[in-house]
Amino acid sequence: MYKFLLCWRYLRTRYIALASIISVTLGVATMIVVNSVMAGFAHEMQSRLHGILSDLVFESHSLEGFADPQWHMQQIRKVAGESIAGMTPVVTVPAMLSFQYGGNWVTRPVQLIGIDEKTQAEAGEFAQYLLHPANHQDMKFDLRESGYAEGAEHAPQNPRKELRTAGWVHRRKSMVRQRNYEAEARAIDQKDKPADKQPAADPFAGDPFAATAKNDQNVFDPLKEQHTGLVMGIALASYHDRQGADRFLLLPGDDVKVTFPTSGTPPRAIDDIFTVVDFYECKMSEYDASFVFVPLSKLQELRGMIDPANGTRYATSIQIRLRPGVDANQVRDRLRMAFPPELFAISTWRDKQGALLAAVQMETAILNVLLFLIIAVAGFGILAIFFMIVVEKTRDIGILKSLGASGRGIMGIFLGYGLSLGIVGSGAGLTIGLAFVIYINEIADLLGQVTGHPVFDPSIYYFYRIPTIIDPLTVGGIICGALAIAVAASVLPARRAARLQPVEALRYE
Amino acid sequence: MSNYEPLVVERPIQDFQQPAPVSLRAQDVHKRYRKGHVEIPVLRGVDLDVRRGEFLSIIGQSGSGKSTLLHLLGTLDRPDSGSVHLDQRRIDNLPSAEHDRLRNQTFGMIFQFYHLIPEMTALENVLLPLMITQSWLAYRLRKRVNVERATHLLDTVGLSHRLRHTPRELSGGEMQRAAIARALISGPQVLLADEPTGNLDRATGGEIMQILRTLNRQQQLTIVMVTHDPAIAEQADRVVRLAEGQVETVS
Repeated sequence: MYKFLLCWRYLRTRYIALASIISVTLGVATMIVVNSVMAGFAHEMQSRLHGILSDLVFESHSLEGFADPQWHMQQIRKVAGESIAGMTPVVTVPAMLSFQYGGNWVTRPVQLIGIDEKTQAEAGEFAQYLLHPANHQDMKFDLRESGYAEGAEHAPQNPRKELRTAGWVHRRKSMVRQRNYEAEARAIDQKDKPADKQPAADPFAGDPFAATAKNDQNVFDPLKEQHTGLVMGIALASYHDRQGADRFLLLPGDDVKVTFPTSGTPPRAIDDIFTVVDFYECKMSEYDASFVFVPLSKLQELRGMIDPANGTRYATSIQIRLRPGVDANQVRDRLRMAFPPELFAISTWRDKQGALLAAVQMETAILNVLLFLIIAVAGFGILAIFFMIVVEKTRDIGILKSLGASGRGIMGIFLGYGLSLGIVGSGAGLTIGLAFVIYINEIADLLGQVTGHPVFDPSIYYFYRIPTIIDPLTVGGIICGALAIAVAASVLPARRAARLQPVEALRYE
Repeated sequence: MSNYEPLVVERPIQDFQQPAPVSLRAQDVHKRYRKGHVEIPVLRGVDLDVRRGEFLSIIGQSGSGKSTLLHLLGTLDRPDSGSVHLDQRRIDNLPSAEHDRLRNQTFGMIFQFYHLIPEMTALENVLLPLMITQSWLAYRLRKRVNVERATHLLDTVGLSHRLRHTPRELSGGEMQRAAIARALISGPQVLLADEPTGNLDRATGGEIMQILRTLNRQQQLTIVMVTHDPAIAEQADRVVRLAEGQVETVS
C-alpha cells in the first residue's frame, strides 16, 4: 500500500525527475508522428499506385508488341481465369508531345498509352482520375461542352478558375481568336503583295450543293469538330506558380501534336494532331507529368500495328485486374510458367514500383531505430536521476526498513516510480503525438504562414494534404517500449535501494 | 501533558502477580564495524536482560556502542557472535522476512532525528507501519478503522491538531510525538527509543519523557531507551551503563 502512496508522492514532488522524462515524451511523440505520417504516405502511395497500375501487367519486351491480344487474353484466362476480374489490351510507346504556348512550340517527352475506352474500366481505376465527372462513369475520347471539375482533392485556396471554361466553350473562343489572327496576318500579307489579288475562281461556284457537300466531307471545322481525343497528365499542361496555384499552358479543347515511333525496325517518327479532351490527375507527379492517353485503335492504326493481310491487331501489353483477395504473386508465378519469359514480362504492380515502396519502408525502419535511440538515451537520464533520488532518499529507505518494509517492497517503490514516470512521460508523448498527427495539416499551414513558404509542397510530394494513419498496434508498441526502458533504467537504482542496510541508511544524515 | 487518557493498545493482557519474565535478552553479543582496513570493535560481549513491563535506559558516551546494541535488539542489524532472544526465542539469526515482521509488529522504534517521511502528513506517517503490512485492498477495506486508531494515538500524544501537517510544518517535539504514535500503531511488545530527547530542548524533552513514562506505567509497555544524558536516564526504572562495548554497571 505504502508503495503506491510513496510513488504518487514522489511523482508529485520531484520535478527534476519529471524533467528527465521529457525526452521520453518527445521520443514517444516523434515516433508516433513519424510512424503515422510514414504509414499514411505508404498507404496513400500504395493505393494510388495500385489504382494507376493494374494488379498484373503482361507485357511484351518489344515496342512492336505481340499479335492478337484477344487470343493472348484467352490463353491467360485458361491459365488463371478464376482469379481474373478484367483485362484490357494496351499499347505503350515513348513519345513527344508538342503544343503552342505564347507563340512558341513547347515539346515534352511523354509516355503515350493507347487504351481501349470500353474495357479500360475493367482493368483499373483509370477513369476515376479524369477531371470531367462524366468521364468517371463513361469514359470517352470526346470533348465535353464544359463542366470540368477542379479535382476532388484539390487545395481549395487555389481554385483552378481556367478549368471552368474549358471544353467546347474554350475551343470555340480560341479558334475564333486564332482565325481572326490568321485573317489579320493574311490581310497584311496581301497588302504587301498586291499582285496576287484574287484567289482563283471556285470551279464549283455555280453549284451550291456541291460546295456544302465538299465542306461537310473534307474541310475540318475546328469550331464544330475535334481531332482524335487525347487525355494528358495534368502536370504536362500546368505548373505551380509561387503562390502554389496552378497555371495552365493549355486546356481541354486545345490541339496538340504527338510524335511517336512507328512499329517496325528501325522505327520512324510519325506525328498526328490530337485534341485534348480531359486531364488525368492521379496526384503522383511522376505519372501526372508523363502519361498521355489516346484511343487504342487510333494508335494501332497510326503505328502500323494492324496486319494489312488479315487485320490482326497488335498490343504491347495486357493489363489484368484480379478478383479481390487473390494473391497477385501467385497468379503472376502461374502466368510466368505458362508464357515464355523471353517474349513476355509479367509483373505485379508491387514489382513495378517495388523500389519506391521499399524505400518508404526502409526510411520508416531507420527513423524508428534512430528515434528509439532517443528514448534509450532518455533511459540513461532516468538512471542517473534515480541514483540521485535513491541517495537523497537513503534515510527514508532506512526508516521504511526499520518499520518493517522488505527489500522487495523498497525495490517495488522505485520500480513503480520508474513505471509511473514512464506512464506520465509516454502518456504526455501519446497526447502530443496524436494531437500533432490529427492537426498535422493545420500545423503545416500555420508554419507555412509563419515562415512564408509552404512546409508541405504538393508539387514535391504526391498529395495535397499530409496523409496519416494511426496504427494502434504501432502506438501500443511504442508506448510499451518506452515503459520498458523507463522500468529497465530504474532497476539498478531500485536494487541499490533494496540492498541498503537499514543501520547504514539511518545513520545517513 | 499531565492528564493522559490511557492508550489503547491491543496486546495480550499480562499476569502481573508473577515476577515479570525476561522479555528481551542479549547474550555475549559482539559487533565490529569496519572502516576501511581498520576493524573497530563496538560491542565486546554484552549481556543484557530486559524484563517485561520494564523501563530500561542504557547510558553511555558517544561511541560506547549503545545505539548499536539497540539496533541489534531491534533486529535492524545482526551480531557477529552472541545471540538475542525475545521471549525465549532466538531472533538474531532469523531470515530477513522474519526480521521485517518483528520490526513491524513486535518492536516500535523512535529515533533522535524522528525519522518521519517528509512526503507524508503526520497521520500518514503514523499509518505507515499498517500500510507496510496490509495489502492495498486490505488497507482500503480497513481504512476507516486504521485512521480512527491513528487519530486516537495522535490524540493521546497531543497532536490531534496537526493531523494533516507534513513533518516540515511540525516542531521537533511534535515530530517526536508523531514518531511515538507511529511506533505504537501496530501494538508493539517493546518500544526501542534511540536518544528520543537528544535533539530537543529540556522542556520538550521532558514532555516526551512524560509520555514514555505514562506508556510504561499505564500499559506496562516494555521500553528500552538509549541516552547519553544521566538526567534523562534516571527517569527510567533501571539504568545500564555501557562503556567500551561492555556493560559496566547496573543500577
